[in-house]
Amino acid sequence: MFGVLFEQTADGQRYVDWLLSGLGWTLALAFFGWWIAFAVGVVVGIGRTVQNRLVAALARLYVEIFRNIPVLVQMFLWYFVLPEILPTSLGDSIKQIPPPWGSFFPALLCLGLYTAARIAEQVRAGIEALPKGQTEAASALGLGGYLTYRHIIVPQALRLIVPSLTSEVMGIYKNTSVALTIGLMELTAQARQISEATFQTFTAFGAATLIYLALALIAYQSMMLIDRAVRIPGSTPAKDAIEPALADDVQPGAALHQGMEVVK
Amino acid sequence: MNSLDFSILLQAWPYLWSGLLFSLALTAAAFVIGMLLGTCFALVQHFEVPVIARIVRAYIALIRSIPLILVLFWFFFLVPIVLGHLYGNGRPIPIGATWTAFITFGLFEAAYYSEIIRVGLRAVNKGQFEACQALALSTFDTYRCVILPQVIRVASPIILSQTIILFQDTSLVYVLSLTDLLGAASKLAQLNGRLVEMYLVVAVVYLAISSAASQCVASLRRRYPLTGAHK
Repeated sequence: MFGVLFEQTADGQRYVDWLLSGLGWTLALAFFGWWIAFAVGVVVGIGRTVQNRLVAALARLYVEIFRNIPVLVQMFLWYFVLPEILPTSLGDSIKQIPPPWGSFFPALLCLGLYTAARIAEQVRAGIEALPKGQTEAASALGLGGYLTYRHIIVPQALRLIVPSLTSEVMGIYKNTSVALTIGLMELTAQARQISEATFQTFTAFGAATLIYLALALIAYQSMMLIDRAVRIPGSTPAKDAIEPALADDVQPGAALHQGMEVVK
Repeated sequence: MNSLDFSILLQAWPYLWSGLLFSLALTAAAFVIGMLLGTCFALVQHFEVPVIARIVRAYIALIRSIPLILVLFWFFFLVPIVLGHLYGNGRPIPIGATWTAFITFGLFEAAYYSEIIRVGLRAVNKGQFEACQALALSTFDTYRCVILPQVIRVASPIILSQTIILFQDTSLVYVLSLTDLLGAASKLAQLNGRLVEMYLVVAVVYLAISSAASQCVASLRRRYPLTGAHK
């Protein structure tokens, strides 16, 4: 069934090479996008929990904006709109970035910042799930705000939310496919191109589907491993929360639930 | 930087409005189909119906692991073939992108709603089932009158949040060249060249609708806290 993938294409490659190059772009987007999302998400998530009203409001604004605009529209904003509203010289130089990179960087930025808003909400839920005694104990020990977050709050919150981050990992690799709308030839785009070139639609989409399934399995298993490695001893195995099954709003609840277990 | 000219909106508005109506119709249809089918999926798994429960589980795992765009491509290709085998002489029946979008979103969202309802079913207090037995309610009445209403009530904030995500996801029908809100804006942008204004307006409309809806869900959650649901 997959024999056609090993046939020669017009440009002297095999169709399977198209798929692999698509997979490469998908992985690159998901991997680097994830680190942008994680870095920004943790900062914004912390920002939502601090006392300073201005910082908290800005963090909330960030989350509201990036969560409530569809990722496809955000993709268009980064790709089409940003170069136009920047000063002309800067905008023109952005437009002149050669093809794959010209759509890769906007897609990377878009996915990273979009996912960051979702991670920020998880981080906030994790921080709020921590018992108040943690902060109080820290200030009793004479730790200031920064040191409390740095050594007490954030490390524990991050360990709590690993299960709910699983679905964000799954989300970011699935959302990479949206980059095809701005011309990035990632996995789904390559599958469509193969189907148009060979009329073997079933084979082309089937191969892409199997690859995505494998990615989902790898992402899920590695998050399970990470969770097992960093889980706070005594907290319940987060069986329910780790199921990527749950919609994102279940997860703050699940994190909360674990948080209560920590108190016991 | 070119100056922005939003006066173009006066002309564009009727077309954008019809696009928005399509987005909302698609959201509503996918919600109804998804909830009905999703409830069936959840019940099938809840009752551990042999074979079917496994198929449903595999379907949900598959749908949840691949991007929605790929699902749209799959259905765009498969639905005419399946319909051809069902109703025709085996020749594909083309049904057009609009119907494909409605069918795809319904079937796709069913996978997500069913997971929410399945978790909700597990959260129902065991005493509820026992009380129904004590009252000699049939299995059908137990679920219809006692269990499912509670599940829907407990899960409603999550169901609504998922529906907001669904509303945003409908913008992906862009890849089928349909005229939803984003599709309308992008077609107009190609005609009048005012792409910056068009996409900014679309972003603002999505932002306004989605965040207003999220605020409603949040206040709903505050007004009806889920007391006693997780025992």
